[in-house]
Amino acid sequence: MKNLDSVFAAYMVGWGVFLLYQLTVSRRLTSLRDEIEQLRISLKREK
Amino acid sequence: MKKNVFAFLVVLMLGWAAYASFFVAPTENTMGVIQRIFYLHMPSAIVAFCAFLTTFVANLLYVFRRQNRWDWLAVSAAEVGLAYITVVLITGPIWAHPVWGIWWTWDARLTSTFVLWLLYVSYLLLRTLIEDPHRRALASAVYGIFAFLDVPLVHMSIRWWRTQHPQPVLMGGPGTGLDPQMKIVLLYSFIALLSLMIFLVRQRYELEALRGEADALRREAEAA
Repeated sequence: MKNLDSVFAAYMVGWGVFLLYQLTVSRRLTSLRDEIEQLRISLKREK
Repeated sequence: MKKNVFAFLVVLMLGWAAYASFFVAPTENTMGVIQRIFYLHMPSAIVAFCAFLTTFVANLLYVFRRQNRWDWLAVSAAEVGLAYITVVLITGPIWAHPVWGIWWTWDARLTSTFVLWLLYVSYLLLRTLIEDPHRRALASAVYGIFAFLDVPLVHMSIRWWRTQHPQPVLMGGPGTGLDPQMKIVLLYSFIALLSLMIFLVRQRYELEALRGEADALRREAEAA
């Protein structure tokens, strides 16, 4: 099974890139939703 | 709920694709086990092209219709495409090193792929430099239309020039081809990665739409 470690490395790095990207988008979505909620609350108070 | 079901299906498909790549596909005679990187490397490249094609079409639609949703779709697909082409540029050298004896060479295929990566990094950087949303959308749409010209160049590079990169195994003409079982695993990996791309683009599009909403609320708060 020569080079099996390289195959694992390629798959780990590949899936890692996708997972990392998905996590960053999720985090950005959560923080933006929180910000929108805060803006709505402050606008309601001002009205 | 629908989104969660789709996410679950995508995870299942990716899991099955990984299993098939390791345990269902036969071991290639010349390269051995290292050839299994093929089932991640090649579908990632095709899916990246699909994402950049989406960006190209959305950019054209923005130029003609000036609707925000096309700009949102364009940037979402560009960012996801960039993630896929990054995977291609990482897995390629890992595969090349034991087979060619080198990590990288500046041949037409590798160079044009690296240029493609740089073009879409620049596309995303360009968007951070322009504050006005309409100018930003138009400038990046025009840039994106020209950036896409590199995609057919990457695709045709192994046909037009002699390269270190292997010749096409699919639709490559006489003397080329793939074992039927390998073809099925390749197709399955492509469907799984394409589904992941659709999921990621949808999620990224939602982020861009929320940004538009947040900008509008900020303006409202400033005016109040």
